[in-house]
Amino acid sequence: MSETVADLKLIVFQLKDKEYAIPVNQVRSIEKVEHITRVPRTVGFVKGVINLRGVVTPIISLRSRFNLEEAEYNEQSRVIIAVLNDMEVGLIVDSANDVIDVAPESIEPPPDVIGSEESDFIKGVTKIEKRLFILIDLKKVLNPEELTAQDEKGLAG
Amino acid sequence: MEMNQYLEVFIEESKEHLQSCNEQLLELEKNPDDIKIVNEIFRSAHTLKGMSATMGYEDLASLTHQMENVLDAIRNQKIKVNAEILDVVFLAVDDLEAMVQSIAEGGDGKRDVSIAVEKLMLIEKGESPVLSKARAETAAAIAEPQGLVKSTYDDFEWTVIQQSKEQGFETYEISIALRADCLLKAARVFMVFEVLEQSGEVIKATPSVEQLEEEQFDQEFSVTIVTRETPEVIRQKLLKVSEVDRIGVLPISMGDYSSREAAKDEDALQPDVEEKADNASVMPKEEKKAPAAKQVSNKTIRVNIERLDILMNLFEELVIDRGRLEQISKELNNQELHETVEHMSRISGDLQNIILNMRMVPIETVFNRFPRMVRQLARDLNKKINLEIVGADTELDRTVIDEIGDPLVHLIRNALDHGVETPEVRKANGKGEEGNVILKAYHSGNHVFIEIEDDGAGINKDKVIKKALKNGIITEQTASALTDKQAYELIFASGFSTADKISDVSGRGVGLDVVKNTIESLGGSVSIDSKVGQGSIFSIQLPLTLSIISVMLVEIEKEKYAIPLSSIIETAIIRKEDVLSAHNQKVIDFRGKVVPLLSLKDIFEVPSDNHEDEFISVVIVRKGEKMAGLVVDSFIGQQEVVLKSLGNYLTSVFAISGATILGDGQVALIVDCNALIK
Repeated sequence: MSETVADLKLIVFQLKDKEYAIPVNQVRSIEKVEHITRVPRTVGFVKGVINLRGVVTPIISLRSRFNLEEAEYNEQSRVIIAVLNDMEVGLIVDSANDVIDVAPESIEPPPDVIGSEESDFIKGVTKIEKRLFILIDLKKVLNPEELTAQDEKGLAG
Repeated sequence: MEMNQYLEVFIEESKEHLQSCNEQLLELEKNPDDIKIVNEIFRSAHTLKGMSATMGYEDLASLTHQMENVLDAIRNQKIKVNAEILDVVFLAVDDLEAMVQSIAEGGDGKRDVSIAVEKLMLIEKGESPVLSKARAETAAAIAEPQGLVKSTYDDFEWTVIQQSKEQGFETYEISIALRADCLLKAARVFMVFEVLEQSGEVIKATPSVEQLEEEQFDQEFSVTIVTRETPEVIRQKLLKVSEVDRIGVLPISMGDYSSREAAKDEDALQPDVEEKADNASVMPKEEKKAPAAKQVSNKTIRVNIERLDILMNLFEELVIDRGRLEQISKELNNQELHETVEHMSRISGDLQNIILNMRMVPIETVFNRFPRMVRQLARDLNKKINLEIVGADTELDRTVIDEIGDPLVHLIRNALDHGVETPEVRKANGKGEEGNVILKAYHSGNHVFIEIEDDGAGINKDKVIKKALKNGIITEQTASALTDKQAYELIFASGFSTADKISDVSGRGVGLDVVKNTIESLGGSVSIDSKVGQGSIFSIQLPLTLSIISVMLVEIEKEKYAIPLSSIIETAIIRKEDVLSAHNQKVIDFRGKVVPLLSLKDIFEVPSDNHEDEFISVVIVRKGEKMAGLVVDSFIGQQEVVLKSLGNYLTSVFAISGATILGDGQVALIVDCNALIK
């Protein structure tokens, strides 16, 4: 972690039965799930695009990105608008309603035992009292190389 | 830091002056004896020198100074204009351009200009004795009394002069000549006035103070002053002002106005002299404010393009909301709301026109660089070329202007290199030695057309086909069926070059396919027409603007897609049984042409419940000469939408060129027909 000066502010969100966290400086806003326009022939976890106050913003489902089973969106579902470099992407999560402060040194590297698919996207874990927060690595979640072009079938002509 | 606010203006104006130099130099090459043109160049160079010196760009100033010296020599007809001299001057202009560019990019504008300076000095020195003689001559000519600016006075001024005389003041008309290389004329004028106002009262200036402050005079101006000092003292004081060349002091004699005295005497209500003098002295001060007022009446302002972009973005939001309002009003069916929304739509429509027009830039800005380029290329290729530019004032959206330059450079190079023949060949073929290239731009409907026409050798169809066969672009079978136009289009195929050998000018691996791609990415198209022996014409068609486009909205199941109107030929509803099958490909007979059908539902993998209809809705789209029918569920209608990108995350989505936001706030994707037709 490069941030060593002060406490790290994290946005906490839930996926299935676990709590995840993402640094607040990577989050632009948290939105309710509105109409999503499907974008054809993109990878499965890209759910489509939304109109975010006039800006067309792509949406990915974190459940699907982490290979968890998909769930219906409900009142609790949120879109976290995350920013990485010049990419702005919405992440669909089950719910998001907490902000915590952690000391950077309290973040531990991801334990191997977590060992599922999602461990590829984890930067570290931190424990506060009895809660375990999984810090996700936005760079890996948004890795554009995994979006590489879909097959371009020969069409007319 | 305080220079920063002027920097932008400086760069902008420097570019304009350099462009003007370029244009005028080309003009001069055609009419080497026209001193007017030299003066024009001289003026540009001179202003540039002054500006750069003020801004502290010494290299820039010194090179311009040297260039000026040469121009001065030409002006005084001591150097004969020839291609070599012009080459050197062009070289200097190139250097200047590079320096201004470097300043624009945040550099310090320093550059090794020794070669250019040295060459300029050689030119200048080669003729120096004659030159100095010429200067002496002109100086002598100016010193003649009739060279002086002579003022005329109105009654009021005569009265002032007369009364001053009675009070023991003398009136002098002082003519001041500034040095020809004076950089800050307005500043000198100011200093001259400072000196004069210490000695007495200025009652008149010719030209007016306002004009003087705007530097609207050549080298000389005259000032009439009421003073007790002797002419010699005034002369000495004025000569202390730097860059003042000569002073002429002419006493205004009583005889000059005695004829008017009778009229003056009758005037009973004359105020006393003190007052008069005060009035007179106030005059110049009042006039000093005038330039500021004049600028208000100026009809144009410079606006930072970023601000226009912001305005455009805000307006796009408005267009989206307008669409939304229109929809809501339709649903609510309230007459008053209806009328208000309709009115708003009309107003925003007008607003849209105005904003789009504000972003319009004459294509001149692109065309301007071509005369120089053609000149250089013609010299490199040993060809004689006459470039004609038509419609340089045709306006295009700035976004299009930014992109169109490179493709045009390419096409012009192509015309010069492959199109126009060498003078010998042309002569042998009974043409004039000089090849003609016409660059033309014009509006037609919602499009701008740019044509590059040459009267060269034209495209040899057989040669093109042979080459295409060799490169495996087409097969023998298709080759025989090609129309002329189709054959010409082959030169746009990637990896194609008609030149037998690779020349310096073109054929460096970048083919015309790049041109075609750039233009198509702008939503335009390019076509060729050619006649062997008579020349070729490349025609580019471009949309006027890129950010707001007309689309046809279609529905596929629950999803809405927008198809750009520019790709659509027409829409049709056809019976299921009219769909034919050829090689696993569904086709229809559309006005005698076999058009393949593409199901957007399949291509876009739209979740579907597979119901069957008796009729199918088809949008016939085209890409160049090729057509395809896109099968959709239903047409929603035509709409103007704002083009939005999908962002930096989803960079390449197949057959989707962007998105737009509809009236209901939802996003609709824009279909890229070019990607659908191979």
